[in-house]
Amino acid sequence: MPNQTLNIDIKEEQNKAQELIKNQGLRVLVCAGTGCVANGALKVIEKFKELGANVSILTEYDKMTTVPTGCHGFCEQGVLVTIPDKKVTYVKVKESDVEEIFESHLKNNKPVERLLYVDPMTHQHVPDDEHINFYAKQTRTALKNCGNINAECIDEAIAVRGYEALSKVIQENNPESVIETIEKSGLRGRGGGGFPTGRKWKFTAANRGGKSYIVCNGDEGDPGAFMDRSVMEGDPHKLLEGIAIAAFAIGADEGYIYVRAEYPLAIQRLRKAIKDAEERHFLGKNIMGSDFSLDIHIKEGAGAFVCGEETALLASIEGERGMPRPKPPFPANKGLFGRPTLINNVETLANVPLIILNGADWFAKMGTEKSKGTKTFALTGDVNNTGLIEVPMGTTLRQIIFDIGGGMRDGKKFKAVQIGGPSGGCLTEEHLDIPMDYDNLIQAGAMIGSGGLVVMSDKTCIVEVARFFMNFTQHESCGKCVPCREGTKNLLKILEKIVAGKGEHSDIDKLSELAKVVKDGSLCGLGKTAPNPVLSTLKYFKDEYISHIDDKKCPAGVCTAMKKVVINEALCKGCTKCARVCPVGAIEGTVKNPHHINPDKCIKCEACLKNCPFKAIVLE
Amino acid sequence: MTSDKTLFIDGREVEFTNEPNLLEVIKKAGFNVPTFCYRPDLTSFGACRMCVVEIEGRGIQSSCTMPPEKGLKIHLNTERVRKIRKTVLELLLANHKRECLTCDKSGNCELQQYSAEYGITDITFPKLKEEDYQLIDDYNPSLVRDPSKCILCGACVRACTEFQGHSVLGFSGRGSNTKVQPMNGRFLSQVDCVFCGQCQAVCPTGAISIKSNIDDVWSKINNPEKKVVLQIAPSVRVAIGEEFNIDAGENTIGKIYAAARRLGFDLVFDTNFSADLTIMEEANEFVERLTKGGVLPLFTSCCPAWVRYVETHHPELISHLSTCKSPQGMLSPVVKEFLPKYYEGYTKENTVVVSVMPCTAKKYEAIREQLIGETDIVLTTQEFAKMVKSAGIDFKKLNSEEANSPFGQYTGAGTIFGASGGVAEAAVRTAYNIVTGEELQDVDITPLRGVDANHRTKDTIVDIKGTKVKVRVVSTLKEAEKSLKEIKAGTSDFHILEVMACPGGCINGGGQPVSCLDSSIKEKRAQGLYEEDKSLDLRKSHKNPDIIKLYNECLGGKPGSEIAHHLLHTSYSDKFKGSYKDIS
Repeated sequence: MPNQTLNIDIKEEQNKAQELIKNQGLRVLVCAGTGCVANGALKVIEKFKELGANVSILTEYDKMTTVPTGCHGFCEQGVLVTIPDKKVTYVKVKESDVEEIFESHLKNNKPVERLLYVDPMTHQHVPDDEHINFYAKQTRTALKNCGNINAECIDEAIAVRGYEALSKVIQENNPESVIETIEKSGLRGRGGGGFPTGRKWKFTAANRGGKSYIVCNGDEGDPGAFMDRSVMEGDPHKLLEGIAIAAFAIGADEGYIYVRAEYPLAIQRLRKAIKDAEERHFLGKNIMGSDFSLDIHIKEGAGAFVCGEETALLASIEGERGMPRPKPPFPANKGLFGRPTLINNVETLANVPLIILNGADWFAKMGTEKSKGTKTFALTGDVNNTGLIEVPMGTTLRQIIFDIGGGMRDGKKFKAVQIGGPSGGCLTEEHLDIPMDYDNLIQAGAMIGSGGLVVMSDKTCIVEVARFFMNFTQHESCGKCVPCREGTKNLLKILEKIVAGKGEHSDIDKLSELAKVVKDGSLCGLGKTAPNPVLSTLKYFKDEYISHIDDKKCPAGVCTAMKKVVINEALCKGCTKCARVCPVGAIEGTVKNPHHINPDKCIKCEACLKNCPFKAIVLE
Repeated sequence: MTSDKTLFIDGREVEFTNEPNLLEVIKKAGFNVPTFCYRPDLTSFGACRMCVVEIEGRGIQSSCTMPPEKGLKIHLNTERVRKIRKTVLELLLANHKRECLTCDKSGNCELQQYSAEYGITDITFPKLKEEDYQLIDDYNPSLVRDPSKCILCGACVRACTEFQGHSVLGFSGRGSNTKVQPMNGRFLSQVDCVFCGQCQAVCPTGAISIKSNIDDVWSKINNPEKKVVLQIAPSVRVAIGEEFNIDAGENTIGKIYAAARRLGFDLVFDTNFSADLTIMEEANEFVERLTKGGVLPLFTSCCPAWVRYVETHHPELISHLSTCKSPQGMLSPVVKEFLPKYYEGYTKENTVVVSVMPCTAKKYEAIREQLIGETDIVLTTQEFAKMVKSAGIDFKKLNSEEANSPFGQYTGAGTIFGASGGVAEAAVRTAYNIVTGEELQDVDITPLRGVDANHRTKDTIVDIKGTKVKVRVVSTLKEAEKSLKEIKAGTSDFHILEVMACPGGCINGGGQPVSCLDSSIKEKRAQGLYEEDKSLDLRKSHKNPDIIKLYNECLGGKPGSEIAHHLLHTSYSDKFKGSYKDIS
């Protein structure tokens, strides 16, 4: 196909946009992601704007602009304020701190030390991103713009090469070569399955000719995962550009972004981004004057976890109950409204413009042999630094937990990580040094999934973790197929029995037998992966199950049913304080004589334990 | 084999043609594949996981959703496959109200059957407790829903949606709280259910069953003061044999008469007779409307589910409905009114009319406010077969008997009422005579025949000496909805619209013997009816001598007379959705 001439020169647009940004003067970036907004970011922004209006007091700059940005990823430290020109990031900023930052740092060039990040290992204040390990040890490509640009301003996106890749592919007018590039880059689906993206595009493009759809899966449902939300909130234009390139490659002229309604900010920013892009002719009819058109709609999901499964997602867009459909037929052949449909996850599509701009080789250089590029993870649990991170595929758990994560919180001992959310599995110390990629994790009995990463210490009960995730999948099962609906219910019942101290030895075999059938027999990915937390914990922590069952003991001291609060008579002075704080009157005894806890009455609230002045009360 | 369309089942090479899925290929090869959710007339759902097979290189797949492909190597009974099936059965049983001995579906229940076949003798999972049983919905005349027996295969949901376009039943809740129920957990009588019973017909367990009136019939039979007469609908005769190991489609009407007398019914009449009567009135009504500029197209009114659908969903189209009662609805008042004329000891008060219908909605029709008190008890084919069995009658060995006169003789036109298109075909045969005074020569109007999924809308034009009458025949309400849209948009040009709610018509009614696993059964039943039509000397309703006699002796000489109007016609009312006064 011959090249197309476009009536928009993207380079010219870029220059104009960069000029606009230059004219902003001193840029103060305030994170306006969901987390920081909840911590009061909007008030911080207002305060900066109010103070910044009077610019005559600033040295070096004749102007100051407060820029609300997308998520930086370091949510627990929010509200985050970054001033790139001053090479500083302030953490946990409150509205009341703004004046001090303004007066001391912006006016008098004296950083406000108390608002700087404190390294958990060295306990030193760290001035800027380059020295904050959480940031320094990451490789941010998909998330690069998140936190650095105003997500609601299309010019800011254009200034950082937004829509340049789209312009390039439309101009070159060669969809096959686009697919080839993606295939060569080695990009694999970031939603969990890890299917080669280029191959998926090829399958869908093979049905080119009639109506085709592109669907972006933004139904991020794993508990604690928010990488897709960050992209949608922080860099919506990159996502739109990725969608447009994919649509161009497969021959689609209509697309849907499926976002859960619990992401109102993402929806609002995407809507604005679509409107702005249409006005600038980067979307809509005859994009940039070419014969390529694309309409993108937003479909708000009602929050069912299973709607992240692609066929359930399609059913939901069609207005049906979100229940998975059997494959084949695959969406590439018969998808949305019975038409060929390409479904890619948010993070996958956000990588596309970068691959087009920088080339397949650039992307393929990152990562392992079979898993290329970077991957975002939501790092939570017992680590010092929690938040959203992006690292090259093949990074080890040790690097993530101890470098980026800043080590175990409160000096606790590392026990395991649950990786891949409810569909993933538990990995242990022996896995700390394996390079994490799709295949290695599957081999170890877990999966990358969407990238949830929960770090657990020895104070975490592994059976309880399995119960937690099974409870989640059971409640989120769509109820369609028997192994998932009834199987997970019975797995959950057994786990509940074990944590309640009523487990029987035969339960272990029962668990693993049933888990295998659920994995084998379920209709969709949700059911097929739901038993993973059980199977992997059974594999690596069987002893812990056994001590729950045989010894009726929870080694981590978590399971209430197995806890016993007792008074060490040798230490008890009979001060009666414990008896007075006990909410259920379970403690008996007379003044100056050792007290005693009636185990039948005790509700294990530990109020006595916390209040005993002589540390005579202990957990057994 | 040299064909390039072959695959391997446990090592045997098997040819396939245009089977929609592997399950059908496996069935054709002579294997029975267990399934709860697969029904050939409904879209594949892949939910129950009983039909899973192991395919080399593809792992475990549900055969009902997997298209056949050349060279697939399929294994039916591997350890993995059997483990899944056994676990599925055990999981379902654990969550099931296991009262098999007293369950209406006992003996006909697929869960029971497979559990026995797979030797599920112990349930190791926690069992459903009595306090967790859900409320049984039997607050309507036709169906009983016991949600605690539901295995969520979704067959009823698909039947309601794909046949009736209706979605009275749907899934709600998630995880183990998933339920199949009408909107907001209401009763069937509180939503716009038309009681066609197709949900029941596809249900593999006792979760949806027919509301039984068997005991009511026995109590009438055993009451010496009552005279109990029976009428049998056209399609019953070609289906009931299946309950007694007789092939589908074989006409057993003579045996049915004989069985009825052995059960203790005093007189046995035939609804085929009143089907002829319906044609007399309806053809007359049609010609009147056609010639005098009445409301057209005329809707047939034999199907109570269809009538209820018009009343609840399209009350503005009620004037299109023929005012004729259904054949069941006509025979009962005629019997009660005129039987004393012909038989001693019968009075209007002591006569009890029982009907055997292929239909659950007929139970509802009998209690419509306009019809109540005429047909006293409605039995479905299934219930009648149960009565015969419980009375120890060896149906297969019965010698044929005749119906009683004067309401027993019928023509081929009455017989074909039981298949979709039959009513319209019968009406045309007689309308031709009314308009022209002459006889239609070729009575086989084949474009109106056919009961499979490709024949749910059938159109033809009949030339009545220059008057072109356009006839449309529809089965399923989903299909009917399309025609109603045309009428509302003013784009329709047909004069008669025959609608039967069940796919293929009454031969596939919700009260017939279970046939949901074999699509060809309804075709065999329809064929049985058309064969009888062909074999009869009289094939036009107006040629039925008993009909002529009835008009002359009782009904004022001709169709449309005042007395005919009084006895044979009815009225309809706008049933605002959600208020069903005639039921509750």
